[in-house]
Amino acid sequence: MPVARETLEEIALTPEEYEVIVERLGREPNPVELGLFGTLWSEHCGYKHSRKLLGLFPKESPALLIPPGEENAGAVDIGDGLAAVFKIESHNHPSAVEPYQGAATGVGGIVRDILAMGARPIALVNSLRFGPLSETRSRYLFQGVVAGISGYGNCIGIPDVAGEVFFSQAYRDNPLVNALCLGIAPIKNLMRAAARTPGHLLVLVGAATGRDGIHGASGLASRTFEEDQERRPAVQVGNPFLEKLLIEACLEVARAGLLEGLQDLGAGGLSTAVVESAARGGRGFVVDVAQVPRRDEGMTPYEVMLSESQERMLLVVPPENLERVKGVFEKWDIPWAVMGTVTPEESARVLDGGQEVANVSVALLAQAPVYEVRTKKPAVLEELHAYDLGRLPEPPVSAENALLQLLGSPNIASKEWVYRQYDHHVQTNTILGPGQGDAALLWIKGTRRALGLTADGNGRLCYLDPYTGGAMAVAEACRNLVCAGAHPLAITDCLNFGDPERPEVAYQLEQCVRGMAEACRVLGVPVVSGNVSLYNETRGQPVYPTPVVGALGLLEDIAHRCQSAFQGAGDIVLLLGAPSVELSAAYLAGSEYLELAYSLVAGRPPALDLELEAWLQRCCLRLVQRGLLRSAHDCSEGGLAVALAESAIQGNLGFMASFPKAARWDAALFGERSARIVVSVEPARLKEVEAVCQEHRVPFTLLGAVTPASTNFLIPGLVDLPVAVMAETWRRGLERLLR
Amino acid sequence: MRFGIVVFPGTWSDGDCHYAVRDVLGQDASYVWHKERDLSPYDCMILPGGFSYGDYLRAGAIARFSPVMGAVEAYVQAGGLVLGICNGFQILCEAGLLPGALTRNHHLQYRCQWTHLRVENADSPFTNTCTPGQVLRVPISHGEGCYYADAATLRELNARGQVIFRYCDPSGDITPGANPNGSLENIAGITNTRGNVLGMMPHPERCCEGLLGGADGRLIFESMVSFATGRRTGLSAAAPPRSGARS
Repeated sequence: MPVARETLEEIALTPEEYEVIVERLGREPNPVELGLFGTLWSEHCGYKHSRKLLGLFPKESPALLIPPGEENAGAVDIGDGLAAVFKIESHNHPSAVEPYQGAATGVGGIVRDILAMGARPIALVNSLRFGPLSETRSRYLFQGVVAGISGYGNCIGIPDVAGEVFFSQAYRDNPLVNALCLGIAPIKNLMRAAARTPGHLLVLVGAATGRDGIHGASGLASRTFEEDQERRPAVQVGNPFLEKLLIEACLEVARAGLLEGLQDLGAGGLSTAVVESAARGGRGFVVDVAQVPRRDEGMTPYEVMLSESQERMLLVVPPENLERVKGVFEKWDIPWAVMGTVTPEESARVLDGGQEVANVSVALLAQAPVYEVRTKKPAVLEELHAYDLGRLPEPPVSAENALLQLLGSPNIASKEWVYRQYDHHVQTNTILGPGQGDAALLWIKGTRRALGLTADGNGRLCYLDPYTGGAMAVAEACRNLVCAGAHPLAITDCLNFGDPERPEVAYQLEQCVRGMAEACRVLGVPVVSGNVSLYNETRGQPVYPTPVVGALGLLEDIAHRCQSAFQGAGDIVLLLGAPSVELSAAYLAGSEYLELAYSLVAGRPPALDLELEAWLQRCCLRLVQRGLLRSAHDCSEGGLAVALAESAIQGNLGFMASFPKAARWDAALFGERSARIVVSVEPARLKEVEAVCQEHRVPFTLLGAVTPASTNFLIPGLVDLPVAVMAETWRRGLERLLR
Repeated sequence: MRFGIVVFPGTWSDGDCHYAVRDVLGQDASYVWHKERDLSPYDCMILPGGFSYGDYLRAGAIARFSPVMGAVEAYVQAGGLVLGICNGFQILCEAGLLPGALTRNHHLQYRCQWTHLRVENADSPFTNTCTPGQVLRVPISHGEGCYYADAATLRELNARGQVIFRYCDPSGDITPGANPNGSLENIAGITNTRGNVLGMMPHPERCCEGLLGGADGRLIFESMVSFATGRRTGLSAAAPPRSGARS
C-alpha cells in the first residue's frame, strides 16, 4: 500500500477502506481525492455505523413535505401554506476543545442547515451535558459553552427558547453540546440543496476560506481523542455578524426565485457541499479552487476543499440570474465568487487554475461503506439490573431534606442562570418561554396557531436500560409538548454515543434506537431529521448513551396554551396517568434521588407503558384544548414531589397534599415513573376533567389543592416547607455552584 | 403617521418594531436602509436593536459612520422625533446625539429578562401618555447596557428632566437589586437637551400586546403618535421637557 498509515489516520479511514477506494476507482487516489473520500466517508458525513439503525425510525406522516434524509433538515406542513423546518446537531468535540467557539459555531452550523432550506430561522434550542460543577474544568466548559451560544445566537437575532442541561461524571471528559434550530417558510419557497442543471453556476458566498477546521469532520468528529489541547486548530472561529448578513441575503435571493439550489458549508466544507449537491441532482461538477477567496496565503487545493471555515453558503445559480444574485450580495457587503459549474457527466472535478487536481465519480464519493455493527450486551448491565432496589436501606435523609437537595441539584434547579444570557424574546413570537412551561410556544403571526418546541433525553436512564431510556426520551419530549397544549408533529434526534466499533457501545446504540423507534410508532410521530455523534469517549470511558430528542408540535389556538405554574389558590391538583401515588422501589432506578441520597446509579428502570403514554398524551391535549386545565407539568427528574414543588414555586402559591403516606414514601415522592402529568383545575370543572380522563381510559389520582401564597408546601407527615425557602433553593441551585 | 425604521447591517429588531408600529398600533411604517440620506418622508424615526456591524470594536461604534447617520443628525436638528432602542441607543451615544456611553454590563454577562421602569418624566414626547412615576414592565436584552456619564453630565440630565426611565422594583423603588446592568443611578433611558431624541435600553416593541407578556411598550409609541399628531395639527408646540422632574 503506497499510502502512509499516518495519512489515513489523519482522515480517519481504515486500510480496508483505502483498499475499497482503490478497487472501486481502479487506481490509487491522489492526495486531494483521498481527502474528499476521507471527508465524505467520515462517520459524521457518511453515517457508516449508524445508517442501518436509523432505518428503523418511522418516517411516515401525512404532514411530511420532504422524505427524511434527503435534504439538510426535515420539513413539516403546519397549515396556511407554511412549512416548519427543523433539525438538531451536535458540536461535542469542538466544544470539548474550545468551549466558546465550539458552541458558537455549533449554533452557526445548525442555523445554516435551516437556511439552506430557504426557511427563516425562528428559534434555537440547546441540550447540554457536562461533568460535575465541583470540578474547575467542568465549570470552565459549562460557562464557556453558555457564553458561546449567547454570543453567537444573540448576535444573529434568533431567540433561544428552550433547552436542558444535565451534569454527571459520565460527561466529565466529553461534554455534549447539541443545538437545534427551527425555521419557517412558505411551502412554495422551500429550497432544495441540489445541483440539477448542467451549466448552472456554483457560487460561493460568505467568508473567505482559511486553514481553520481542516479535518473537522473526519478527525475531530469521527473518532475519540485523548490529547484534546493539540486539536485546537481544528476548531473554527465564528463570525455571527456575517452569519446574520448571510441569512438576510440568502433569504432574499431564495424568495425571489433566483436559485436552483442552496446548500450550507458545514462539516467537510466545500467538498461535502458540492459533492452532496451534485449527488442529489444526479450530476457532476467542476470547481476551480483558484477562484475561491482565501484568507490565508499559499493554501493547497486539498486545504481549500477541506477547510471548515464558517459562514459560507453554496448557491446553484442559473447564469441568467447571476447579475441579480450579485446585486443582493453586494448590497449586503458579502463576498461572492463563481467557482464552478454543474456538469452533465457524473464526476467530481477539482481544478487549480488550469490544472486538474481531482477527478472521481460523485456516486463513489457519496456512497460511504455501510457497516453492520457488532453488538454485545455490556456485562455491567447484568450487575446494574441485579441490584435489588427493594432492599435499599432506610432513606438516609428526611423527605423534607431530600426535596430541598433535589430542588437545589443543578440537574433540577432553575436554569435561569443559563437562559437569561440568551435572547428569548427577539422576533416577538415567544408566547411561552424558558421557565414558563414544559415546552416553548412560538406564535405564528397572522394565525391563531403556535409551534411547540422542546428537547429531552435522559442519559442516566439509557445507561441502565438503553431501550427503555430511548423510548422515554421520545415519550417525555412529546409529553412536554402536550403539557403546553401542542399536538406532537415530528421529532429530530441527536444520538450521542461512544465508539460504535466497540460491541458494548453498538449494543447501546441499537437498543436505544429500537426503543425510540417503538415510541415514535406508538405515539404516531415521525423522525424527520437528525444527527449522529459517535466516538464520545476518552480513554475507553464512553459518555452515557444519550439520545437527545427535539420535538415539534402545533398548538391550534393560542387561547388554549398551558403553563406549568399553579394559577390560583383553591384549584384542585390531580395526577394524570396513575391510580395512586404509590410506586415500587424499582422506579428509583436511575433517579436523581437515588444518585443524590444514596450515591447510586443502579437498578433496572421498569418498561414504559407506551399505550398508556399515548392515551395520557391524547387526554392531556384534549383537556388543554377544552380549556379545562389551569396548569400542567410532567413528572420527570425528581419525580412527583419535584413536579409539585416546581408548579408551586413558579406560581408563588402553596400546596396541601391529601394523598395518604405511602409505605415506601421516597419511591412515591421521588420515583421517576414516566407517563404521569401533574395538573391543576378549577373545582367547578373537576367533573368535566374526570369525564375526559375516563373517555381516554386514563387513571388519575387526587393529589390535593393549591393554597394561598402565604401558606406552606405541605405533604402531611413528610414535608412542611415555606414556598419561599424552596424557591430560593431552586433558583440559586445552579449559580451557587459557579461562585 | 409614518415611522421610518433604520436597518443597519446586523440590526434585528427592525421587524419587531415594524410589526409593533404597523400591525399593533395601526400606523404606517417603512424600513430605511442605512445608506439612505433622505428622511423627509417620515414623521419620526426609530433606530432599532440588534448588533449593527456585529458590535465589533464597540457597540454602535461603526454604525455611527453609516450614511444614514448624517441624515439622522440633520433630522434631529430640525426637531424630528428619534427613538433609539438598545443598539439604537448605543449608536446615538456614539454619534454624540445623546450624552454618555453604554459600557459592558457590570457582571460581564448578557441579560435577557423583564425589568420594571419608573417614568421619571411624563412630559416628554415619548411618555406623554404615561403618568409621572408610573411603573412600566418592559424586557431588556443586551450585553452592553451599563449607562455611564460623568458627574457634571449626570447633574445636567437630572436638572433638565432628561432622565426618562430608571430601572426600579415592581413597586417603583429605585434599588440596586432592580438594576440589571450596573447603570449609573439606574438610568434606563434619556433624552437630549431638546427632548426630541430618546435612547433606551429596554425593548418597548417586545411588549405591545398581552400575548407577548405585556403591553406597556405601546405607551411609548402612542406617546410619539400623540405628540407628532399634535404638532402636525398645530395643537401643541414642541414643548421642551419640564425641568426638575422627580429623580
